[in-house]
Amino acid sequence: MISLSTYLSVSAVLFGISLAGIILNRKNLILILMCIELMLLSVNTNFIAFSHYLNNTVGQVFVFFILAVAAAETAIGLAILMVLFRKRNSIKVEELNILKG
Amino acid sequence: MYIESLVFVVFSVMLIGSALAMIVSRNTIYSALFLVACFVASSVLWLLLEAEFLALILIFVYVGAVMTLFLFVVMLLNMDIVSHEKGAFVRYLPVGIVLMLGMLALMMYVISPTHFAVLTSVQHPADYSNIKALGAVLYTQYAYPVEVTSVILLVAIIAAVSLAARHKGNRRSQNIDVQLAATKGDRLQVLKMPSEKFSGASDIGGPEQPARGE
Repeated sequence: MISLSTYLSVSAVLFGISLAGIILNRKNLILILMCIELMLLSVNTNFIAFSHYLNNTVGQVFVFFILAVAAAETAIGLAILMVLFRKRNSIKVEELNILKG
Repeated sequence: MYIESLVFVVFSVMLIGSALAMIVSRNTIYSALFLVACFVASSVLWLLLEAEFLALILIFVYVGAVMTLFLFVVMLLNMDIVSHEKGAFVRYLPVGIVLMLGMLALMMYVISPTHFAVLTSVQHPADYSNIKALGAVLYTQYAYPVEVTSVILLVAIIAAVSLAARHKGNRRSQNIDVQLAATKGDRLQVLKMPSEKFSGASDIGGPEQPARGE
């Protein structure tokens, strides 16, 4: 029988990998969005594992909402990316200094 | 059970391996495809956790829609296919590894079996329906959040369309004041021509009918 902490370990490793991916691929905005998707996936796996082991359906309801919001976030993020590429002809993060923050 | 552990190990390894391949791949399209592999592997893990509905939703929504969107954008942008130079990748590699290991150590301490040893999964009967159980909660206790979710999706649709639509220039659109200001004289032309020999039918008008838009 697979224990709860095995699932939690897998999703923790996944979260760590996606965090390292954000650090390593700082140039490419698309890869950063993909790494955020991967982080959300690991969090969702945690939710579902707890929902299964605590025998409580509310965890799956949460995953349902997270999936919907993440899909909306990805659609808007990619649309912003398209507009950005049309204006600046580049999606490198370090060139986004128009506000001089 | 033996087979369950085997499936878990195989798909966990596939999940971790494709996640690693995704972040080190230098081609953005390969990264997107490795992310698809991650979604498929984790949906199998969700099936093991008896969340059948969400596992299928993950395949439909993410692999079917969101990753297609990613691939479309990658191909539409037509950027140089190499996503990162080797120098920057190597320079950030120690930072990434240290951060990842630190976070992993912290999480592994928190989720160690000593804290969660008491929890054991509940065996459901064979006719247990995950969709029924989920729907019974979703449409009663959480009916209002479901409605709010639909509004969020509507906002996302409108925002994405209005951001990505190209304005003016190469767009076909109606020019309403010009259309309304058009008079009969602009559009209709009456030509005088001799009538044909043996037919009484009048043949007034040009080769095409310009009065159609009136």
